[in-house]
Amino acid sequence: MKSRDAKFGLIFASPWILGFLIFLTYPVVASLIYSFCSFSVLRPPKWIGVQNYNELFHDEVFYTSLKNTLLYVAGAVPLSTVVAIALAMLLNTKVKGMSVYRTLFFLPTLVPMVALGTLFLWVFNGDYGLLNDAFHKVHVTPPNWLGDPTWAKWTLILISIWGCGQAMVIYLAGLQDVPVSLYEAADLDGAKAWAKTRNVTLPMISPVILFNVVMSIIGSLQIFAVPYVMFPGGAPARSTYFYTSYLYDNAFQYQRMGYASAMGWVLFIITLSLTLIALKLSEKHVHYETN
Amino acid sequence: MSTTKPTNEMNGSNSNSTLKKRPQSYRNEKQAQIIAAHIALVLLSVLFVLPLLWMLSTAIKPTSETMTTPPKWIPSHFLWSNYKDAVMYGSKELGYIPFLVYARNTIIVTVLSVGGAVLSNSIVAYSFARIKWPGRDLFFGLTLATMMVPFPVTMVPTFALFKWLGWVGTFKPLWVPAFFASAFSIFLLRQFYRTIPMELSEAAKIDGCSEFRIFTDIVAPLSRPALMVVALFTFMGSWNDFLGPLIYLVDQHTFTLSLGLQAYQSQHGGTPWNLLMAASFLVILPVIIVFFLAQKVFIQGIATSGLK
Repeated sequence: MKSRDAKFGLIFASPWILGFLIFLTYPVVASLIYSFCSFSVLRPPKWIGVQNYNELFHDEVFYTSLKNTLLYVAGAVPLSTVVAIALAMLLNTKVKGMSVYRTLFFLPTLVPMVALGTLFLWVFNGDYGLLNDAFHKVHVTPPNWLGDPTWAKWTLILISIWGCGQAMVIYLAGLQDVPVSLYEAADLDGAKAWAKTRNVTLPMISPVILFNVVMSIIGSLQIFAVPYVMFPGGAPARSTYFYTSYLYDNAFQYQRMGYASAMGWVLFIITLSLTLIALKLSEKHVHYETN
Repeated sequence: MSTTKPTNEMNGSNSNSTLKKRPQSYRNEKQAQIIAAHIALVLLSVLFVLPLLWMLSTAIKPTSETMTTPPKWIPSHFLWSNYKDAVMYGSKELGYIPFLVYARNTIIVTVLSVGGAVLSNSIVAYSFARIKWPGRDLFFGLTLATMMVPFPVTMVPTFALFKWLGWVGTFKPLWVPAFFASAFSIFLLRQFYRTIPMELSEAAKIDGCSEFRIFTDIVAPLSRPALMVVALFTFMGSWNDFLGPLIYLVDQHTFTLSLGLQAYQSQHGGTPWNLLMAASFLVILPVIIVFFLAQKVFIQGIATSGLK
């Protein structure tokens, strides 16, 4: 009976065992090997040792794209996290029409990245854009959203707020799981709204916050489609040229696939380190229910 | 403002004795909070929906009215023909943009991906959730860990593999991997399968049911909501995918919608914003329709994905 189970288990799992080997294990290992090779579509891989990494660490464009990406992560992750939690907490006040509001906040996450990029290109348009009109109405000179190197990055960070609907739904589910008795106890102690948020709500949803923040870091590090559509070539002045943009260009524009693989592995290590840092920093603050 | 609903007071005083002792000021404060929450929600939802409404408004404007200061929300007349023009668009650089061909390509890729994902993930998750085999839990942990691998890491070797197979320029790289399951969908389905009592399987086994029959006749039908979530996520991922088509599709006539949409953006300025917005809306529309049809299942699916 036991071995029969094992046989069926493996047969049923076989699509994923194959997928795991073909689309994950093989590419991860192969890209490590390629990262030590000179390789393009036309030429087979040729071993060149650590040359790619050597060049990478002296490549100014690499540092620019890395800096842009880390700045974006540093801006977008906290901002969209705060907005998503705030929205979820507002929805959790059990107001009437909660599901309607929830749908409205969620709607933008359904929009394909390309459509999102083009739409915001139009909203932030310097001459006829919706946003600048609002600025003119209150007699404030709007910044050059798309043309100024500092502002272009902020424009992208602001757009990230628009995609916080998924995280919001996860936070809302977490908030709804917080036992009402905890709030009642806090009420008896005369706790005000802020004290309840700080001492009850946030600790209780801290595992959900950790999950969302980690997913958000991993996703933001890979930002590609929206800047690709909105800022061709990373304009203005390479301020929106991100890590994946440079990696993509190396692989498919410059035909430097070994170099791109080295970039891929560096990104992998950055992702792992940032995740570990997030886990480490959160250790003292994340509260897990013990059953 | 001070009209508290009598039912509220009744409930409050009946269900919880502590409420009785609460002063009037407490209830006023509570009420003020609810009103403040409503105002904040209205303002924020306007902020979230405004760009989409702006898209709809621009899509039915005559070209001259897209460029006015201040912007006009309601066009002087509704130019519905913009939608027709967007679908049949002809630009100098590219000639005719084959929107309908893009739509057909997108549908082919999406349908195959959704079918493959539902088939493969449902059966693989069954193995992880309901059959015991050596190394299963270790492999499941490894599976979850793969969600951390950024796509750019696997991008080059995967491309080289498909190139070697002669698949670059075809739809195959976009849908074949869906038939090999994915970590996230396996995780979602496994969580759901585990809530179905094992006794059902055991009873079926005593009746002589094979493992495959238990899957097709008992577990799969009971898991329809979770399978829907996997189908929806795959649909959205595939419909909205940009990087995949960008890497693998070469000929303009094989482009998908998300890739083709770019063609409306003229590199030399003079983007036809009204047509671009009309085309964008047509791309979003199917996703919005599917979302509204399955909203409840979908929201629940996302919610559970965050709860380990």
